[in-house]
Amino acid sequence: MTHTVAEAASDDLEYAVKEIQHGIPPRVIGEPVMEMKHITLRFGGVTAIKDISFDIREGEIRAIIGPNGAGKSSMLNVINGFYHPQEGEIWFRGKKRGPMKPHEIARQGIARTFQNIALFKGMTTLDNIMTGRMTLMKTGMLSQLWWWGRAQAEEIEHREKVERIIDFLEIQHIRKTPVGRLPYGLQKRVELGRALAAEPKLLLLDEPMAGMNVEEKEDMCRFILDVNDEFGTTIALIEHDMGVVMDIADRVVVLDYGKKIGDGTPDEIRNNQEVIDAYLGVSHD
Amino acid sequence: MFYREAGDFKTNYADDSQTFPIAFDRKAYYAAMFVAFCVIPLVINSYWEKSVLVPFLVWSIAALGLNILTGYCGQVSLGTGGFMAVGAFAAYKLMTAFPELNIFFVVFLSGGITALVGIAFGLPSLRIKGFYLAVATLAAQFFLVWLFNKVPWFYNYSASGQITAPERTVFGVIVTGPNAPSWATYLFCLTILFLLAWGARNLTRGRIGRSWMAIRDMDIAAEIIGVDPLKAKLSAFGVSSFYIGVAGALFFASYLGAAEVTEAFGINQSFLVLFMIIIGGLGSIFGSFAGAAFMVLMPVALKNLLVGGLGWPTDIAAHLELTIVGALIIFFLIVEPHGLAQLWRLTKEKLRLWPFPY
Repeated sequence: MTHTVAEAASDDLEYAVKEIQHGIPPRVIGEPVMEMKHITLRFGGVTAIKDISFDIREGEIRAIIGPNGAGKSSMLNVINGFYHPQEGEIWFRGKKRGPMKPHEIARQGIARTFQNIALFKGMTTLDNIMTGRMTLMKTGMLSQLWWWGRAQAEEIEHREKVERIIDFLEIQHIRKTPVGRLPYGLQKRVELGRALAAEPKLLLLDEPMAGMNVEEKEDMCRFILDVNDEFGTTIALIEHDMGVVMDIADRVVVLDYGKKIGDGTPDEIRNNQEVIDAYLGVSHD
Repeated sequence: MFYREAGDFKTNYADDSQTFPIAFDRKAYYAAMFVAFCVIPLVINSYWEKSVLVPFLVWSIAALGLNILTGYCGQVSLGTGGFMAVGAFAAYKLMTAFPELNIFFVVFLSGGITALVGIAFGLPSLRIKGFYLAVATLAAQFFLVWLFNKVPWFYNYSASGQITAPERTVFGVIVTGPNAPSWATYLFCLTILFLLAWGARNLTRGRIGRSWMAIRDMDIAAEIIGVDPLKAKLSAFGVSSFYIGVAGALFFASYLGAAEVTEAFGINQSFLVLFMIIIGGLGSIFGSFAGAAFMVLMPVALKNLLVGGLGWPTDIAAHLELTIVGALIIFFLIVEPHGLAQLWRLTKEKLRLWPFPY
């Protein structure tokens, strides 16, 4: 059978219509889930973040960019409670967040990956991702001791969910390999899996594509877009690859020396004079 | 050739995560259990009981306990001897204060008391790590031994400062003290070890075990994905001390019969158990058994060889024995830093393919 170009185009259109009719919802960007209001973070005399405000809307991919030392990772650490800002308010899902420990914040539905991989090296891929579901598992010490019954049932229930993530990230073949033995790109993928396993409301990715080759970057982009699309997960990511950021982010916030110098859609950022100056440098004469 | 997973299809997740995924292993395990529970009690004699089997069982429990804390949760402890003393003295006080109490309850209650003490001494682990924590637990070791020496209430004001195990029975058979028959002491210790090993395997493969291992491998990441470090570390200290306390109670009641605290539960015992888990393999249940077997059997075997086989004087043999055990430890650590458990794992990998190279 031969297809003309026009026929192929109408096929595509038909598919798109079907996709909408059959309940695959188009991407919706909702209200802000996370609002940072006038955050200031100091380490002794050094001010890492100076009076920064921005928000992350439900269902969007929000990129945080900036030159080295701009305070991007510090910002993520503030969001998941590892650092406590001296000034400012953090609102998550309509509520002001009090001082909380990182593991309590994880329980609220914020998961993250790290700039330099922070996997549990002695454990297998499967165990690493299962650990990601820590906040969702409940059985106590006694039923764990006995194992048969409640503990095993819970384990299997969560294993099914984890297997879905393993399928999604295409890492079936390394399910039982200790992660210390895996190559870098796969470790990054397992780490994403571990964060996804918690079924987060907000997923923070700290340089998910650092040190990857083009192919691995493309894979990672595909996974990030799919996560956002299929699970509707809100994503905030830090990335240095401008091509990637401009392609996949809905909105971008730019930091420099702890200050916010730009906030908007990729196109707005691209034409922002302050951002261009920060990246290319300005001559002082 | 027989050691294959071929044809042994796992069709559900429960089968996939069982302890012995290979059929040959399962059969070997059942056979070992049969021999341990049904054959050995029939042929055991006093020599094997006193110098090989019961010490192996008791030290296995202690090694399991320390392995949970150090191997699985990554918190180094040098307080094992002190915690064993807590178990022993708790057992002694319970046995003398409540003569009616069944010995099983005594042993497990002693474990419970040790768990509480362990949690208290585990509190510094929330602030300090590594060598510094090791030093803090060393303080526990010396403090506890000092305490049991200093306060006569613990040894019921006996003139010698010794504690002596009264006789207690299970189903009418004496299992503690000097008059217990060999097979009864052996079976008593074996049953408790079996239950505890079962529990250790189950704890370490589920939610709690993963929270321990997460803290061990990367504590910051563990906290950020939702592991409460306070709960994870203190539960590891609690469970570990429970095991060590039970080991101490059995060591005193079933093995020694009478004990003096500095001699029976000194710092040497702490190091002995630490060597066991390092040689056996950190973070492995099998490793705990292998390490305990190595450290218990090696001196006995050497003694038999040097004194019995070569006819050397006992004192020279005793000194040489220490040297050889020390050299073997160094040798093992150089050849396989991950311990006997790793050697075992590699052997099994090779066996799966044998007789083919790959």
